Amino acid sequence: MQDIIAQLKEKRTAALLGGGQKRIDAQHEKGKLTARERIELLLDEGSFEEWDMFVEHRCVDFGMADSKIPGDGVVTGYGTINGRVVFVFSQDFTVFGGSLSEAHAEKICKIMDHAMKVGVPVIGLNDSGGARIQEGVASLGGYAEVFQRNVMASGVIPQISVIMGPCAGGAVYSPAMTDFIFMVKDSSYMFVTGPDVVKTVTHETVSAEQLGGAVTHSTVSGVCDRAFENDVKALLMVRRFINYLPANNREKPPYRPTPDHADRLEISLDTLVPDNPNVPYDMKELIYKVVDDTDFFEIQPEHAQNIIVGFARMEGNPVGLVANQPLVLAGCLDIKSSIKAARFVRFCDAFNIPIITFVDVPGFLPGTAQEYGGIIKHGAKLLYAYAETTVPKVTIITRKAYGGAYDVMSSKHLRGDVNFAWASAEIAVMGPKGAVEIIFRKDIADEEKIAAHTEEYRRKFANPFIAGHRGYIDDVIAPHATRQRICRSLAMLRDKKLENPWRKHGNLPL
Amino acid sequence: MFKKILVANRGEIACRVFKTARKMGIDTVAVYSDADRGALHTQMATESVHIGPPASSESYLVAERIIQACRDTGAQAVHPGYGFLSENSGFARALEAQGIVFIGPGTEAIEAMGDKITSKKLALEAGVNTIPGFAGVIENADHAVEVAKGIGYPVMLKASAGGGGKGMRVAWNDDECRDGLQRAASEAKSSFGDDRVFIEKFIEEPRHIEIQIIADGHDNIVYLGERECSIQRRHQKVIEEAPSPFVDEAMRKAMGEQAVALARAVHYKSAGTVEFIVDADKNFYFLEMNTRLQVEHPITEFVTGFDLVELMIRVADGEKLPFTQNEISLRGWAIECRVYAEDPFRNFLPSTGRLFRYVPPEESDHVRVDTGVFEGGEVSMYYDPMIAKLVTHGATRDQAIQRMRDALDRYYIRGVSHNVSFLAALIVHPRFNEGRLSTNMIAEEYPDGFHAADVPHEDPAMIIAVAASINRRYRDRAAEITGQMRGHERQVRDGWVVVMGNEYHHVTVQATDGGHDVEYNGEVFTVRSDWQFGRPLFEGTFNGAELCMQVERRDTAYRLFHGGSEIEVMVLTPRVAELCRYMPVKKPPDMSKFLLSPMPGLLTSLAVKPDQEVKAGEEMAVVEAMKMENTLRAERDGKVLTIHAWPGDTLAVDQPIVEFA
Repeated sequence: MQDIIAQLKEKRTAALLGGGQKRIDAQHEKGKLTARERIELLLDEGSFEEWDMFVEHRCVDFGMADSKIPGDGVVTGYGTINGRVVFVFSQDFTVFGGSLSEAHAEKICKIMDHAMKVGVPVIGLNDSGGARIQEGVASLGGYAEVFQRNVMASGVIPQISVIMGPCAGGAVYSPAMTDFIFMVKDSSYMFVTGPDVVKTVTHETVSAEQLGGAVTHSTVSGVCDRAFENDVKALLMVRRFINYLPANNREKPPYRPTPDHADRLEISLDTLVPDNPNVPYDMKELIYKVVDDTDFFEIQPEHAQNIIVGFARMEGNPVGLVANQPLVLAGCLDIKSSIKAARFVRFCDAFNIPIITFVDVPGFLPGTAQEYGGIIKHGAKLLYAYAETTVPKVTIITRKAYGGAYDVMSSKHLRGDVNFAWASAEIAVMGPKGAVEIIFRKDIADEEKIAAHTEEYRRKFANPFIAGHRGYIDDVIAPHATRQRICRSLAMLRDKKLENPWRKHGNLPL
Repeated sequence: MFKKILVANRGEIACRVFKTARKMGIDTVAVYSDADRGALHTQMATESVHIGPPASSESYLVAERIIQACRDTGAQAVHPGYGFLSENSGFARALEAQGIVFIGPGTEAIEAMGDKITSKKLALEAGVNTIPGFAGVIENADHAVEVAKGIGYPVMLKASAGGGGKGMRVAWNDDECRDGLQRAASEAKSSFGDDRVFIEKFIEEPRHIEIQIIADGHDNIVYLGERECSIQRRHQKVIEEAPSPFVDEAMRKAMGEQAVALARAVHYKSAGTVEFIVDADKNFYFLEMNTRLQVEHPITEFVTGFDLVELMIRVADGEKLPFTQNEISLRGWAIECRVYAEDPFRNFLPSTGRLFRYVPPEESDHVRVDTGVFEGGEVSMYYDPMIAKLVTHGATRDQAIQRMRDALDRYYIRGVSHNVSFLAALIVHPRFNEGRLSTNMIAEEYPDGFHAADVPHEDPAMIIAVAASINRRYRDRAAEITGQMRGHERQVRDGWVVVMGNEYHHVTVQATDGGHDVEYNGEVFTVRSDWQFGRPLFEGTFNGAELCMQVERRDTAYRLFHGGSEIEVMVLTPRVAELCRYMPVKKPPDMSKFLLSPMPGLLTSLAVKPDQEVKAGEEMAVVEAMKMENTLRAERDGKVLTIHAWPGDTLAVDQPIVEFA
């Protein structure tokens, strides 16, 4: 017995050292933390319960039989974040470069299965050179086992990936199927094929950072939801992020008390929308002034900035916010913004997070680039997402709500629960100028007449009343009372019950 | 008394005049341009009249529009404020012709004092000290030495056509005088094509001290003490105070009497200011007379107890002054800070835009805020970027300074850049506190511009303790989230590490009634506050003393603003702090290969295209901001790689426009 305990101690000490002090130092030199240090940072102090510390690979080829390190390149287990349980796996780059072996994959699958059983989130910290090549197809099989679980868990428990080192080739598809991907600037990258292959195949010269670094994915591709400066900041922000999410799809998101009053008025919002309809304004001001404690966790802040999405709380309860941003591309919808918002709306719907939508949308972005790129199908994704949603939906039209984009943006017709408009709202098929040029085509040469028609159209339609007559707008509200009205609506909607018809799954326009 | 007056101005001064008018029961008319629709001054007036497009040359400066507004509203008198038409005798005359009273001096005084040569001549005749000098042109080096000896060294040799410091030389002896003449003349020749040079006394450590006078047109002219306005940046006043720490009773009397004499010489009526330059030996010399209400008049109001605007209105209505010189006494000390929408860390570049948050300190018997803006309002690019004047009063200078420090800590402005930290740095500056002022002080103390490092916080323990306390509140609340593992709920630790830059400070934070006791370095600091999450001002006490600090939470950090310092800290568990040391210090990206927009604005033209070779000094782009066209030139030779912004694009500050190969 004593002997066993001594052995255990020894094994544990060895396991805790991962790939050894030299590799740990190398990891630190790169500005990266080790797999275990990262877990320490992510979880409440002392809450981590490690599993499978003694798992080793079973490969005997290429001299691997003599090269075994307990844990096999991934640290797994569970712990708490602010007292709430999460399962975690953290790839250990100091052990075989964090490469994925069959045993490594089994460890990940094991905690995913448990997370599904008890209904709590899985957080993966990725830092892996890729497949364990020595194992061949066994490693590939391991990936696919993880993929399958990612898909089964999708919409059941929140899955979060933090890319904290390399993540290349097939390995990218596991994070890709999780709900959110966070990356660390300058020390992480993700791509399907690396710079060398790119060079051979397409003759493009590109660095790993340019091809798939945190900046690339958080600005250009939209693969990454937030990029952080370093490991510490990334993990502390994940801790904060998890506070918005329920443990699973059967629970309501967690409540946290706030001193912020539901009936706080913000007089300055009355001057947010400029008199001139062509002058932009910053929609984020509305968000910051409406949510609890001015605390807003934005998702994809650098990508498709013509739409803003993110999490906040109202009266202590998490909400998802979707808002057109007039500052960028006049807030129009295009391919990227439609995809960004659609995915966000579907996440909120899957996890019982009410959605607040702020609308100032002049329409869809015109042009060949958009049409050839398939804006029809991509725009439809957002429409589909909003229409399918059964969580509470509160919508506020601040200014423009034109054309099809009006319909898309959580309109009454797509089962919007409470739809408000500010007095500055203009709900119409299109802007007055465009409308007049169609209705009064014969007068097009006569500037005076066109001006008069435009004025008439503006008077008639550039206001919230026509929509109000038809009940498409529940009320016209004062901007300064926006928080109060949203809080009341959400409180009223708290026990909303709405079910979609049974089906295997809908056919989202992918 | 007038039934209705119009204020031909905007911003804080219009608001300030309306306040007095309202107090006096007079109806008010505001005028506004397109850019000022809904501005604070229009809200404060009884009625308001639109007078044209944003550019002041098409609105606030158009006398006919103002007069038409008077006719339309039946205003009987016009207060011009300062700037715009306030010293325009043509405007005053035109009002007179319409039977409308101009609340200001007569046209004779405006015209006489508006001309530099006439005013100096009148001053000399009235027995006012003027800077000793030789008005004629210097013929040669010998002549220069002769003149300089007559004046007494040091002297200043100045180009007649000069300006902007060009063609100016100081000489302390004969040799320097000869040399200086040659250099000044050649510089003047090359800069202005005119090599004429004149000589006057050079004032060392000059101070700007001015005398406020008020005259009623019934032969009563009274001086209301002085104001020292030596704290200037590029001839723009930044901080003013009354009285001056430099002026004694005899000097005050001498200055006051000369000011009155000058006013009498031009039959002055209304409020006016006689500006003097003062040397280190307390010699004072006439600079000019401003025939209007000054920006900095509130400090005089604080120390005299008079409402200068009210006096101006009454005098304009023909009333006599209700006091004589003997009844004037100065009470305590007053300081004014001009709060500008400008970025002190970017060479004081003006900033415009929407005021996302605007919370000035609360007004009291000791604190006055003359403001022309409101939260959600706009700081327009068309006008002076002054947001407000912050004025404090105290029984002593030290008390006034202390109150100013506190008021600046409370001044919360977001959405536009502002100079509050610069003002705070000046107010705490030892030189300011000792009263060793000069108009060169800012240039001498901040020769390379103003930087965050210029204002280290005087008490790091305060920052550490407050950050620790705020952090504890956030952590305690985070631990109140629902859905925790039963029996294993989150316990918040007491030991934390406050990380400030490279410094790691270990603290222990204990919750107590109304705050926290923070142990740091073996000492216990008490932090008490009823602060709540999301509130910008952390108000409470620190070790029993009152404290107000501005707080922002930015991702994983807290940003604290106090005493002009802006400090970012993180509060971490000891283990996380330890791991934090492994985090790489990242250098800011190398932007030397980019042509960056120096200010927010509109890219109006681009003179280069990819692969083009450019030489240093060549025009590359034009950025329009604040209605000014700024030409951006290549700093060195190079080849254009890519263009990042195109004409018509709106640029943020530091946004790349062109990238070099």
